[in-house]
Amino acid sequence: MNTWLAQHQDAILLALRRLAAAPLNNVLSVLAIGVALALPAGGQMLLANAMRLPGTTSAVPQISVFMLASAERRAATEIESRLGKYGGVKHVQLLPKEETLARLKSNSGLRDVIEALPANPFPDALVVTATDERPESMEKLAAEFRQWPKVEHVQLDSAWVRRLDALLKLGRTGVMLLGALLGAGLIAISFSIIRMQVLTHRAEIEVSQLLGATNGFIQRPFLYYGLLLGLAGGIAAWLLVGAAALWLRAPLGELVRLYDLTLVLQSLDARDSALLLGLAAGLGWLGAMISLRQHLQQP
Amino acid sequence: MIRFDRVSKRYPPGVDALSNLSFEIAERQMVLVSGHSGAGKSTLLRLVAAIEKCTSGVVLVGGQNVGALARAALPYLRRRIGMVFQDQKLLFDRTVFENVMLPLSIAGFPRRDAAQRVRTALDKVGLASREKALPIMLSGGEQQRLAIARAVVNRPTLLLADEPTAHLDKETAADVARIFHEFHQVGVTLLIATYADDLFPAARRLRLDHGKLLP
Ligand SMILES: Nc1ncnc2c1ncn2[C@@H]1O[C@H](COP(=O)(O)OP(=O)(O)OP(=O)(O)O)[C@@H](O)[C@H]1O
Ligand SMILES: [Mg+2]
Repeated sequence: MNTWLAQHQDAILLALRRLAAAPLNNVLSVLAIGVALALPAGGQMLLANAMRLPGTTSAVPQISVFMLASAERRAATEIESRLGKYGGVKHVQLLPKEETLARLKSNSGLRDVIEALPANPFPDALVVTATDERPESMEKLAAEFRQWPKVEHVQLDSAWVRRLDALLKLGRTGVMLLGALLGAGLIAISFSIIRMQVLTHRAEIEVSQLLGATNGFIQRPFLYYGLLLGLAGGIAAWLLVGAAALWLRAPLGELVRLYDLTLVLQSLDARDSALLLGLAAGLGWLGAMISLRQHLQQP
Repeated sequence: MIRFDRVSKRYPPGVDALSNLSFEIAERQMVLVSGHSGAGKSTLLRLVAAIEKCTSGVVLVGGQNVGALARAALPYLRRRIGMVFQDQKLLFDRTVFENVMLPLSIAGFPRRDAAQRVRTALDKVGLASREKALPIMLSGGEQQRLAIARAVVNRPTLLLADEPTAHLDKETAADVARIFHEFHQVGVTLLIATYADDLFPAARRLRLDHGKLLP
């Protein structure tokens, strides 16, 4: 056990020594790996933030029923009670037009415009949530409500939620695809770097074999070299994504504020960070292993 | 310790390096392999360390048929044999100390005792004060002695040396020969390929001529 530890420690030290022996080359390799990994990692970071937007995970799709502007309040309360008894409706809320006007007055920049209006332009509205939230059955309900008297317009406001959801799904697939592609790239980089390393240290490999070294002993420092290179690339990617998150925080926050949402862009969380570093190190190791398979065949 | 039974070695293009060799070397013997350049001296040593495999016949080392060893078993054979190579095979990007440490690291020798062993070996060949030097900073004779230190640091019972005194002046060569005699005295079996057989007057001789053993 002690010997085992000592041999791994030696291998890591040797790998570090070799890494330090060509600092410029290795810094450039690490940067290349870092940039490559920053793309999927950055995508994942944006996705994780988008998931935290209100409405993306917990939004309950709703149906808004707008009355004719000329309709009296009584018409609206009739519809309200009719909806309350209607099969498939879970909850109804009446939004009287006065409230709508007051709310808009208090929290939008249109206050002056609204105050200048001669009369309340808004209709009474009813917000309905259904027991069955599937888009098809919601469509069917909406179509029926449209036939009712004094109802001017029925709107399904789940549409943008569904659009965003589809976008997120697309984004997730994109990130996975990009991750797989650039992960393969990392393996290829590690493969060719370790190939060069094996060629550079050919004499040492030969001497070690003559002195009774096992394949494991000979491969170990090269495997750690690949692992450390991948890990360093992963750290570079992590820093790049962190910097991008900071950089984008203000402009993106402003952008989503236009949609009445708030978002403070966060960098990768602990789970995603660990995943990034673990994958980077693992793929570096894998590339090294494939390379050694190729180039250390003969005794 | 070593037994060759009708051993022949032919290199791929068809060069017969050794033909039909049979001999036996007992434990604690000191044996010189002599002969002209190309006679097959290095080949004979390489067969013992299983660096090459014989084309026909049997090579036994310590009772083991080394030609039939599985690849995974080779490292363990080589750790029991010390070898000084004709071209020395020193690592020029490692210090004198690290070069001698290498066989101990390979064998997984406990680290605390290893440094002590390395110093003892270097002391034995008179390089104790040069442990931090790189091999490139050593003279030819010093490099030769470094190669010897690396071969014996594992305390092998069998030591193979290929031209350990080549390119050395008379005095340095005598120095190296003295070191080998000391190993012989502590019970190491020695197999030395050399033209300079006057340096080892007491040793048994195997004379090779174009791959054949002379009587
Ligand atoms: N790897 C090889 N491939 C092909 N032929 C070889 C190889 N090694 C040696 N030979 C040939 O085998 C013969 C014996 O070579 P070997 O190296 O054993 O001779 P030697 O006695 O050690 O010579 P020297 O004193 O010059 O070192 C020579 O004819 C040589 O050309
Ligand atoms: Mg030779």
